[in-house]
Amino acid sequence: MNELLDSYAEVAGRDVVNHLCQLAVPLKGMKVVHVNSTKEGGGVAEILRKLVPMMEALGLDVKWEVLEGSPDFYQCTKGFHNAIQGFPVELSESMLDAYQTVNAENAEELRPVLEEADFVIIHDPQPAPFLSFCPNRRGKWVWRCHIDCSRPYRPVWKYLKKWIQDYDASIFSLAQFAQLLPHPQYLIAPSIDPLSEKNINLPEEEIMGVFDQFGLKPDLPLILQVSRFDRFKDPLGVIEAYKQARKMVPLQLVLAGGGATDDPEGEKVLDEVRKAAEDNEDVHVLLLPPDAHRTINALQRASDIVLQKSIKEGFGLTVTEAMWKGKPVIGGDTGGIRLQVVDHFTGFRVRSPEGAALRIRYLLHRMDRLEEMGTRARRLVLENFLLTRHLREYLALMIGVLHGLEDRIDMVQ
Amino acid sequence: MAEQSDDKSPLTQPFNIRDCTLVSMATGYSAQNLREFKEGLLRVPKGSIYHHFWGRFLEPQFDEPEYSNDFSAWVYHRLNEKALAEKLSVIDPTDYEDIESVRQELVERIEDRLYENEFVPWTRADEQFYFVRSQIVVLDTGRYLEIPSDLPSGVPEMTIGSIFYHFIDARKRTEDRSDDFSAWLTGWGDTYNDLRLKLRAVDPFFSSLKELRFTVTNVLEEYFVGGNS
Repeated sequence: MNELLDSYAEVAGRDVVNHLCQLAVPLKGMKVVHVNSTKEGGGVAEILRKLVPMMEALGLDVKWEVLEGSPDFYQCTKGFHNAIQGFPVELSESMLDAYQTVNAENAEELRPVLEEADFVIIHDPQPAPFLSFCPNRRGKWVWRCHIDCSRPYRPVWKYLKKWIQDYDASIFSLAQFAQLLPHPQYLIAPSIDPLSEKNINLPEEEIMGVFDQFGLKPDLPLILQVSRFDRFKDPLGVIEAYKQARKMVPLQLVLAGGGATDDPEGEKVLDEVRKAAEDNEDVHVLLLPPDAHRTINALQRASDIVLQKSIKEGFGLTVTEAMWKGKPVIGGDTGGIRLQVVDHFTGFRVRSPEGAALRIRYLLHRMDRLEEMGTRARRLVLENFLLTRHLREYLALMIGVLHGLEDRIDMVQ
Repeated sequence: MAEQSDDKSPLTQPFNIRDCTLVSMATGYSAQNLREFKEGLLRVPKGSIYHHFWGRFLEPQFDEPEYSNDFSAWVYHRLNEKALAEKLSVIDPTDYEDIESVRQELVERIEDRLYENEFVPWTRADEQFYFVRSQIVVLDTGRYLEIPSDLPSGVPEMTIGSIFYHFIDARKRTEDRSDDFSAWLTGWGDTYNDLRLKLRAVDPFFSSLKELRFTVTNVLEEYFVGGNS
């Protein structure tokens, strides 16, 4: 077996990787092209960086192409991103022109590769019009939406739909994100890479190092929320929950998130969070650089309980990451958190700061339950939300798309 | 496990280990109240009914589900209709001739509840039931079990996809709606009747596939290694 597959077999299990090898047999040698808008940064690039070499290791002929755009283009696609998540966004004619022109130019350059591919997987809205510029395509084309598409801003979605509707299939992360389209819509949840810096096992001294690094108290229970400073993540609700729980049980809170962004609302929320935390020496608001993956990893491992008290959430990969580290999660009762936090088994789902405070107190009082839930949380991720499962579903989808809409595809000769 | 051997009598062919995987698909149907739920059940493709009874085994789930299918879990957790959830939960698809009969049974039990109730139970917009269907891809592992005593060593080596295929999916393929292992054992006449009964007594509804593999392995080990054979 290939070295890369071997390393995943060690984490996810030999049978899981054997299963991938079997599933890949009918797809061996097929030309697959992934297209997205960046090789560096962002969740999509992070997934493709591992998914592409794993597909190659399984015998597929895979290419990863990246579209190059202008500032106007990126401004437009950032607008698409926000609009898909439900924010009303007005896009000017010139921005849409830039979108189409960049797509036409990039598609022209990549046309030979795209048109001869057996499968083209287009990620997110940035390269969605590629299909329209490849009239002589011979393979199957699939559009993969990584964004929370549960309530897209209708005018923008209608515009995007005209580029997407001619695909052979699309992929959404959850059933509630699927939209009305004239082709099969597959449901594939996101995943975490257990071998990435963010999730790999760390030496004990590195984990304990965060106590010194951030002035935390090693003898005090630690609760953590990792998220952007965004109202939907409810950081103020987390501080409120901390304050209520603190009346009954000593503890410390870390709110760790990205640095200042170009989002003015984010700055405002961060100011409010700092103000709410200012009289509490055991509340730590940490602004970390975007590449602080090992630090986040260590903080998650050093915590007793992880919170993700979102009011609205796409999938919530920070929940997956925490669970992978054997931590019970107290999460908002919304979106993909429901798929991961099985109430009373892998953590608790809550709808208010009071609910979060109650569950914090309960878990710190019942350390046996805390450990039990943490063990189950890790197992749930091991069996369902690792990159290997993601890849398995891509392979099954490719076989499915080749066979049309049949419920049962029998590859037994 | 071995490669395929010489010819055997038709009833005692080696057991061909298969594997499968499922990929879920949206159906476009969802429900926010009990009436919409009933309408959805009437309209969704058969594959969606199958998925919410059986396909869910290959989806994220925890070891101890309270209910035996997705329909009853939603009716309880989101509509707070405990009695109806219980009535839907006892429906065992293997008791019915085909999936259409299962659909009719589900609809009738919901209609009974709608008839009794003066209002239609509903839930929040973000707690809707989304009807999902799935495609199942079946693969040949190229591996075989030659004789029944190979089972205790063969089953623990199977992937959860194989366990799903041979122990769950088999219920809609085999003549007596049982698992493939039991069906294979009938080829040896009455020799393995005790074992077949023990395998048939394993209730697959309330455990994960890994747990199921563990339980089936225990039954097989107890029979072959424990000296019952």
